[in-house]
Amino acid sequence: MSTEQPWSRAKGPFAAVFTAPALWLLFFFLVPLAIIWAYSFGTTQGLTDIDINGTFSNYVRIADPVYIEVFVKSLWYAALTTFLCLVVGFPVALAITFSSDRQKVWLLLLIMLPFWTNLLVRTYALMAVLRTEGFVNDMLGWVGLGPWPLLHNNFAVVFGLVYVNLPFLVLPLYSALDRLDRSLLEASLDLGAGHIRTIFEVVVPLALPGILSGLLITFIPALGSYLTPDLLGGPDSQMIANVIERQFKRANDWPFGSALSFILMYLTFFAIAAQGLVAKRRKGLEQ
Amino acid sequence: MAEPLIRIEGVCKRFGDFAAVDNVDLAIEEGEFFALLGPSGCGKTTLLRMLAGLEVPTEGRILIDGKDMEGIPPNKRPVNMVFQSYAVFPHMTVEQNVGYGLRIDGVAKDERAQRVQEALGLVKLDGFEKRKPDQLSGGQRQRVALARALVKRPRVLLLDEPLSALDAKLREAMRSELAIIQDKVGVTFVMVTHDQDEALAMACRCGVMNKGVLQQVATPSDLYEYPANRFVADFIGSVNLFEGKLVIDETSQALIEADGARVWVDHGVTGATGGTVWAALRPEKIELSHREEGGHRPPVAAGTPEGANMLAGTVRHYSYLGSETVYEIEAAGGRMIKVLRSNVRRYEDRGFDYDQPVWLSWSPQSPAVLLS
Ligand SMILES: Nc1ncnc2c1ncn2[C@@H]1O[C@H](COP(=O)(O)OP(=O)(O)O)[C@@H](O)[C@H]1O
Ligand SMILES: [Mg+2]
Repeated sequence: MSTEQPWSRAKGPFAAVFTAPALWLLFFFLVPLAIIWAYSFGTTQGLTDIDINGTFSNYVRIADPVYIEVFVKSLWYAALTTFLCLVVGFPVALAITFSSDRQKVWLLLLIMLPFWTNLLVRTYALMAVLRTEGFVNDMLGWVGLGPWPLLHNNFAVVFGLVYVNLPFLVLPLYSALDRLDRSLLEASLDLGAGHIRTIFEVVVPLALPGILSGLLITFIPALGSYLTPDLLGGPDSQMIANVIERQFKRANDWPFGSALSFILMYLTFFAIAAQGLVAKRRKGLEQ
Repeated sequence: MAEPLIRIEGVCKRFGDFAAVDNVDLAIEEGEFFALLGPSGCGKTTLLRMLAGLEVPTEGRILIDGKDMEGIPPNKRPVNMVFQSYAVFPHMTVEQNVGYGLRIDGVAKDERAQRVQEALGLVKLDGFEKRKPDQLSGGQRQRVALARALVKRPRVLLLDEPLSALDAKLREAMRSELAIIQDKVGVTFVMVTHDQDEALAMACRCGVMNKGVLQQVATPSDLYEYPANRFVADFIGSVNLFEGKLVIDETSQALIEADGARVWVDHGVTGATGGTVWAALRPEKIELSHREEGGHRPPVAAGTPEGANMLAGTVRHYSYLGSETVYEIEAAGGRMIKVLRSNVRRYEDRGFDYDQPVWLSWSPQSPAVLLS
C-alpha cells in the first residue's frame, strides 16, 4: 500500500534504536532462560553444583500425582479467577463505556489505582479485611453472624486472585466495548431488542476478540500467581509458583524447579496458541 | 380532521444550555413522505432520534397514533429507523440482518423466512442472502438497512440522511426508488436531509429547520414560491433579497422602497408592522434584456409605479451550465443580482456578455414579501 521504505531498511537508525533493547533482552531474558532450560535437564551434585547430563528425570517427576494435582489446581484456580473476573468485570466495563466522558476518566482512574500500590501492601490490606478480627467479620458480628473463616483457605486465594487480576480484564474489556459502533446497539434497540438481548446478540459477538484476549491476559498471570496463594492461602492452597519457589529455596533442587517452570511456560504458550487459533478461526469464518 | 399519525407538541431538546431542538410543533399524516430539511447541525437528527425513542425530549411530548410516547423505549415503538451509517450488523449475513427484528419478536421461522425474502425483493437484494456486510457496497448495505427496518412493518419509517453516503449517480437512482418503495409499502416515511433538491424531489411535505427551530412546513412548491422568511427563501434555492420599507400597502398592491430599487407586488402584505421588509426574487423570475443608448425599455405590467420592477445593470459574470446560464448582474449602487436564463435555443445570437449593459425586469407576481 505505502510506497515508503519499511522502517527496518533504514539500517543506521534501526540499529541505534533496537540494539540496546535487543542486548537487554538477550542478556537478561534469553540467556537466563536458556540456563534454566539447561538446568531442567540436570541433577544436583552436593549443595551448589548442578550436573547438566541431559536427564529427563525432572520431567518424569512432574508426572507424580502430587505435582499433577498442583498443576490441575493452578489451572482450575486461574480459570475460576478469570471467569469470576469476567462476571464482575463485564458489567463494570459496560458501565464505564456508557458513562459520560468526565465520569469515564474518574472510573478508569479508580480501576487503575490499585496498580500504583504495591501488590504486597494490597495483599496485607486484604488480610486485614478478611481475617477473623477483620472488617468483614466485624460487620458480620454486628448482625449476629460469623465469625467466618475467610482467610488462609482456598476461598481467600480465589477472592484475592479476583481482586488482584480484575483490572487486567476490565481494561481490555473496556477498550473492546468502547470501540463498538454505538449505532449498532441503537439499531438493535430500534429493531425491538431490549438491553440485555442487545448485549448478547450484538455487544458480545462483536467484542468477542477483545473479550478473549482480555481473558487470556487475566488467565496467564493468575496461573503463575505466587504471592496471593502464599499469603492468603492455607496449607492446601499452593499453586504451581509456590511449588517452584520451594524447589529453588528450601528444597534446593534447582533442576526440578527449572523443569516445573518450563512446564508452566509451555502451558502459557498453549493458552496463547489456543486463543490465537480461535481468533484466526473467527476471522476465517467472517470471510 | 383525523388525528395525525405523528404529533409533536412543543418539543425541546437541550444538551446542557444548548437547545438542539427548540419548541417544535409538527403533525405528520398517515402515509406521508415527510422530509425534515435544514443545514448540518440544525437538530434534524436529534428530532428524528426523539421519534425513535433514542433521545428523550427535555420538554414537550410526542404522540404516535394518538399515544403519548413518553417513557416508551425504542424497542416498544411502532417506528423503525434507517441510520445514517446504516448500522448493519457486521457479524450477521444479509438474511440474518433483515430477519433480526422478526427473530427478536418471536416470529416463526417459516413466516420469518418468507417476510425476509419479500423485504429483500422489495429492495432488490435477492440472491445476497448469505453475504456478509463487508462483501457489500455502500448502496447495498443501505438496502439491507432499509429492508431490515421495513420487514417489521412499522407505522413510521425514519430515515436519517439516507442518500448522503452514496455517490451522485446512485443518489439520483435511489431518490426515485425510495419514493417507489414508499408508494408500495404505504408506510409513513420521515426523512432527514440537508440536501434541498433531495427533499423537494422526494417529499410530499417538508419541514425546514434552522438552529433547532422549525421555520416552515409546506409542500415543496409552496416552500419555494411562498417562503415564510429569509432563511427559508435562501436555503431553498437561490434568491435575490431587496431590503426596504413598505411605502404602499393596500389590499391589491404593495410597493417596497429598497436602496436603489423599487419592488411592486400585486397583493397586499399581511402582518406588516411598518418595519423592515424584504422582497425575495428568484433568479429565474427575472427577465434580462439589452440596454442601449436611446433604446426602448422593456415593457412592464399595466399600473406599475414609475421605475418599479426594473433595474439597469451590467453583466459582471456568468456561468454557463448547459441547460441554463447564471448571470451575475451589477445594478445601481453595486447591488449584485443573480439571473437565471434557460438556454432554450442553440447558438443564440444575441446572448449577454461580460460588461454588457442590461435591463432587469420582473412581473408584480414574482416577488415574495418577507417580514423576517
Ligand atoms: N449527545 C449530544 N450531546 C451534545 N450535543 C449534541 C448531542 N447530539 C447532538 N448534539 C448537538 O446538537 C446539534 C444538532 O445535532 P443534530 O441533530 O445531529 O444535527 P443535524 O442532524 O441537523 O446535523 C449539534 O450542534 C450537535 O452538536
Ligand atoms: Mg444529522
